[in-house]
Amino acid sequence: MKEFGYQRADDVSGAVALLAADPDARFLGGGTNLVDLMKTGVERPTRLVDIRGLPLDTVEETADGGLRIGATVTNSDLAAHPGVRRRYPALAQAVLAGASGQLRNMATVGGNLLQRTRCGYFTDLSKPCNKRAPGSGCSAVTGEHHNHAVLGASDHCVAVHPSDMGVALAAFDAVVRYETLDGPGGTPAAGELPLADFYLPVGDTPHRETALPPGALITGVTLPPAPVAARSRYRKVRERASYAFAIGSVAAALGIEDGVVTEARLAFGAVASRPWRAHAAEAVLTGAPAAGDTFAAAADAELAAARPLPDNGYKVTLMRNLAVAVLTELAEEAAR
Amino acid sequence: MTTATTGRTALRGVVGTAHTRVEGRDKVTGAARYAGEIPFAGLAHGWLALSTVARGRIRSLGTESVLGMPGVLAVLHHGNAPRVDTHYIGALGFPPDPTAALFQQDRVHHVGWPVALVVAETPEQAREAAEALVVEYDVEPHDTRLTAGHPGAHPADGVLPAVTGKGDLTAGLAASAVVVDEEYTTPEEHHSMMEPHAATALWDGGRLEVVDSNQGTTWVQSELAKMFSLDESAVRVRSEHIGGGFGSKGLRAHQVAAVMAATELQRPVRVVMTRRQMFSLAGYRSPTTQRVRLGADADGRLRALEHRALSQTSTVHEFVEPSAGVARVMYDAGAHHTANHVVPLDVPSPTFMRAPGEAPGSFAIESALDELAERCGIDPVELRLRNEPAAGPVSGLPFSSRNLDACFREGARRFGWAGRDPRPGTRRDGRWLLGTGTAAASFHAGAGPSTAAVTAEADGGFTVRISAADLGTGARTALTLVAADALEVAPDRVRVRIGDSDFGPATIAGGSMGTRSWAWAVTEAGRELRERLAPGTAIPPEGITVRSDTTALVGALAQKERHSFGAQFAEVAVDTATGEVRVRRMLGIFAAGRIVNPLTARNQLVGGMVWGISMALHEEAVRDRASGGLYAPDLAGYHVATNADVGDIRADWVDDPDPDDPVGIKGVGEIGIVGAAAAVANAVAHATGVRHRHLPIRPDRVLSAAAARTGAAGA
Repeated sequence: MKEFGYQRADDVSGAVALLAADPDARFLGGGTNLVDLMKTGVERPTRLVDIRGLPLDTVEETADGGLRIGATVTNSDLAAHPGVRRRYPALAQAVLAGASGQLRNMATVGGNLLQRTRCGYFTDLSKPCNKRAPGSGCSAVTGEHHNHAVLGASDHCVAVHPSDMGVALAAFDAVVRYETLDGPGGTPAAGELPLADFYLPVGDTPHRETALPPGALITGVTLPPAPVAARSRYRKVRERASYAFAIGSVAAALGIEDGVVTEARLAFGAVASRPWRAHAAEAVLTGAPAAGDTFAAAADAELAAARPLPDNGYKVTLMRNLAVAVLTELAEEAAR
Repeated sequence: MTTATTGRTALRGVVGTAHTRVEGRDKVTGAARYAGEIPFAGLAHGWLALSTVARGRIRSLGTESVLGMPGVLAVLHHGNAPRVDTHYIGALGFPPDPTAALFQQDRVHHVGWPVALVVAETPEQAREAAEALVVEYDVEPHDTRLTAGHPGAHPADGVLPAVTGKGDLTAGLAASAVVVDEEYTTPEEHHSMMEPHAATALWDGGRLEVVDSNQGTTWVQSELAKMFSLDESAVRVRSEHIGGGFGSKGLRAHQVAAVMAATELQRPVRVVMTRRQMFSLAGYRSPTTQRVRLGADADGRLRALEHRALSQTSTVHEFVEPSAGVARVMYDAGAHHTANHVVPLDVPSPTFMRAPGEAPGSFAIESALDELAERCGIDPVELRLRNEPAAGPVSGLPFSSRNLDACFREGARRFGWAGRDPRPGTRRDGRWLLGTGTAAASFHAGAGPSTAAVTAEADGGFTVRISAADLGTGARTALTLVAADALEVAPDRVRVRIGDSDFGPATIAGGSMGTRSWAWAVTEAGRELRERLAPGTAIPPEGITVRSDTTALVGALAQKERHSFGAQFAEVAVDTATGEVRVRRMLGIFAAGRIVNPLTARNQLVGGMVWGISMALHEEAVRDRASGGLYAPDLAGYHVATNADVGDIRADWVDDPDPDDPVGIKGVGEIGIVGAAAAVANAVAHATGVRHRHLPIRPDRVLSAAAARTGAAGA
């Protein structure tokens, strides 16, 4: 393990300035992913800038019915927050579906969005990986990939994003807030990125994962008001009952009036390099009868773009079944 | 038939009564120190650098730049390491695994082969330097893929003869009303015990001291003595607390590395394996491909049985996973053929892992029995009862005791098996299909020679010294109870000291033989001491010590089929839309000799059954074909069952004291996992109507099987 410096940031602008001065430094949140990557040598920062003391640890309910979530709010606190549970239950469910109690007590919202893929080739320095070592090749395409991407991947990388939380955030149009310096030696400036634009397409640059400016610090996430989210669900399938990353997950919310879908939110997890907002499925759902045929047609519309590899074709079936099951549950709940 | 339960008092004394671990307080307060955390003055730290290629030759090692790194004291490799002796047969009857005999050659035989040891002042410095070490290889093509028809496969003995056979198989199958002929596979599985391997070596006045975590201090002592050409008396190995072993903690690269470095530097050196290193340095259970052919009359009575098992080994060491041995104990038939084959590949050497042979073998044979029951239209419990052999199917020897029928009858009663509807895919609870399954279990019950010393202390207490190993199982506590009964005193007057090779030769903690073998020696010495202590005997300050050696007693045991047995029952829920499988209930009833401590015995049995769930549904090390190394070899990538995967799980036993053992013990270390995976798989078949013959039963496999079935039905 490479020796590294450690520094506690006192305020946001100070944290951003520290990173600007040292591009090989990293922000330290809960450390639940970064420290693992440092142990395996995937990350070799010169310095850790600890942001856990920054005043970014609150969840505020906004007057318009949305939420402002600070970047250093822990997963446990986020999932327990009454406003989250009332306004966006799928978000609380997603967070609780991830990791373990101990990890959720440490992990933070900002870090969750920036966590790296758990692809076994990415974490193994002895094997080629375009995400870790650009141009070295993708071992997964011809190797072990039964849990890899079926949507939005490329020949260069088929890794999936591991976040559960991000899937719910994607369904609810979350906006990522950050702070950065406007140029070298510049002054601090705040910025925003809708989650839809936050993660970059894989293409031939899988090592470039987000649209965050270099050195930027995520300060929080804003959830715009979404009354439909008050009745929402997250369901996750994994290879054991707990403490494993998803092989497929669904976050969904349905507005139904007189048996017709008035508004639909649907996002898939563990199928792509990012939380996957299912816009094609939402388009089929909206205005259609809230019934099984509609749900199946919606899932099929989204999954028509799937390009499975030899060993992960089951994910197309899984996501179809899972989407139909979750949407059916929501429709039944609405009918009660 | 009677059933012993937790609260039941033994005939006399404390053996058979529940007793919490004598070292429990030390363990939960952190006072108990494990091998990697015991402090030593002047300790240096070694870090192993492992090969990233599967086959080839080391062309060069960039040691010079590494030697200049902060804190680095030495780099050992094939060019400068001391020569060691590898041409010996170890205590278990095998030569050493060359993966552990470090730096004796420039050839590389698998990914994860140790190529260097970097020693530094701190573990972080050693690790950083070891990871910075540039190694260049002449790489050769590798073969790491076990396939059923592999040309390198050959029959091989290990602990069992490779091949047994009687009767005409072809004729037996031809004459059978019902035939099952299927292939079953199990993946590469790893021990994954909680505590990684760790050893500190130092020279103390001309004597080599090794503080380690292992399954037998005299075992590791004798291996190190042979390898380094030392007198056994010049080597002392201690191993006081152990966080699990499961077969993996014998002589491994970490001890050899620590000894080499301590010798080279003349200061204490510790070497600890990382979790990832354990996946190539600590042994594992070979994947298996097994073909089972069963032929039976319409009433389910077997006429023909064939079990052929194929496993892999490394190119430098032969270890055979003896999966085909199960039927040699369990089922008889006029035509009865079993064979264990092995194929050498460019992979690390596999080794003993909890219930070697029986764990994967029982998955195949007990799945096949279930398929036979289905095709005969006979209840799976009844099918097994109908096929109970009177004597060893291959040996013809009598069973010391069997009691498998008692296990099945008691298990069926408590599980609520009676009236089970055999039709698959008909029970539902919401999105879940429900099913139940059963399987039989057996594991060899043996004893090995051991020595013990029991001392009557001047303060009225008693000290037992035996180089036993408590892997976390409660062996120390069991021996406390056994000694108390032999001495006819309360257990709080007995102190048991274990895990020190200076206490003399003893059987290892392995093969489900530890507690029985040690208890025998402790009982012999304890009884003799009690007889010597006539009332009023004055105890001198140094105490009165009696020593025992059970070599002759164990050697005089009559030839019999000696085994523990059990019946496993499982209820599962399967969501065929997502492929998720949950084990809702599990019950194991065992005939495993006299139970010394119901608390810790139940822990071991339930632990085995949990591992069976894990084996059925989760565990699988995946080898990457291109590199020949493992994919994601850590506990995030290699899944073991979590608490949430284990529903209502119970283990209990029927009375089954071993008539030839002074305490009546057989052993409970391994029987719990045997048959457990088959019971789960059989329950999945009952729930869904789809038979899974390849472990683990992953969601994608359940889903694909269900989709294929729906597709076929729709076509």
